[in-house]
Amino acid sequence: MAADPIHQFRIIDLFPVAHIGHTEIVFTNSAAFMLAAVVVITAFLIIGTAKRSLVPSRLQSAAELSYEFVATTVRSTAGSEGMRFFPFVFTLFMFILTVNMIGLIPYTFTVTSHIIVTAALAITVFLTVLLYGLYRHGFHFFNLFVPKGVPIYILPLIVFIEVLSFVSRPISHSVRLFANMLAGHITLQVFAGFIILMGSAMGAIGWAGGILPFGMIVILMALETLVAFLQAYVFAILTCIYLNDAIHPGH
Amino acid sequence: MADTRGDKDDRKELPDDEAALSARLQRLGERIATANRPSENVTGSRQAADASAFAKGFRMSTELVAGVLVGALIGWLLDRWLGISPWGLIVFLLLGFAAGVLNVMRAAGVVRNNNLTD
Repeated sequence: MAADPIHQFRIIDLFPVAHIGHTEIVFTNSAAFMLAAVVVITAFLIIGTAKRSLVPSRLQSAAELSYEFVATTVRSTAGSEGMRFFPFVFTLFMFILTVNMIGLIPYTFTVTSHIIVTAALAITVFLTVLLYGLYRHGFHFFNLFVPKGVPIYILPLIVFIEVLSFVSRPISHSVRLFANMLAGHITLQVFAGFIILMGSAMGAIGWAGGILPFGMIVILMALETLVAFLQAYVFAILTCIYLNDAIHPGH
Repeated sequence: MADTRGDKDDRKELPDDEAALSARLQRLGERIATANRPSENVTGSRQAADASAFAKGFRMSTELVAGVLVGALIGWLLDRWLGISPWGLIVFLLLGFAAGVLNVMRAAGVVRNNNLTD
């Protein structure tokens, strides 16, 4: 069972919450880890900012650093006007980062390794961009699909391609995060499986040889930590780039 | 008498002080503004998004695949609804491929996104 690399992604029903029609709404391990992430973030930020000392403690600096980091990202990508979306981007970034980091701890469940979760986040971003763009600019928002300086005879084709490019955003946005987490965790599990295989097949020599895949796991773990952070950052910055389209569509 | 004069002198000096203070405040404001300005740079942050080559490569491939997938999906749905199989799939697969290439070129910064240049 331990050697099955897919086993770690299994959804386990913990207890039923409600019934909608004939569909049972169940509190799963995925929901439990999401809740855990929310609790961790809330505790981190509340405890970190509780003292508000002029010379910050380590926790306070970490909390301030995360704020500054996201604020700089938002301001540099979507401009000062984009700061009205700061709470949204900050929530996304902290949630994805925390969930990814929790998933790196052995025996935990990685919420972002399920495409339904990342797709829900990406579609939220997509709808926010679409609805805010329409609310803010009305019909002018569709100028986004009409690039300037294109000859009139290929304009219909270009508009079609631009619309397809716009619609494909939530897919690439969600698949990137999901596939990175899935692939990384499977790789880790496979290398861990090698140790067991070698040990059980060749006895003492096998266990000694298991040092090689174990070293690989250590290296991969460092890489996965980087990927966990980087994917949260990429998700946040792409959200900002998309929001920028809603704030300043083509002009 | 002397007291009131002294008071007046104080009042005379006060606006000078305030003027000096507000001038200093203004200078400080300008310095803060110039210090903050480099972070309002659009192109720099787009490069920062692709911090590692691995992430960059992965981003390109997902952009391309997403475009093709969306094109194929729309084409297939049109085929089913309008009964024009296989033309919807053929046309939209090609359009989706074009959209995917456009996505990749934008992600790579080859084509400047007209919406982002401001």
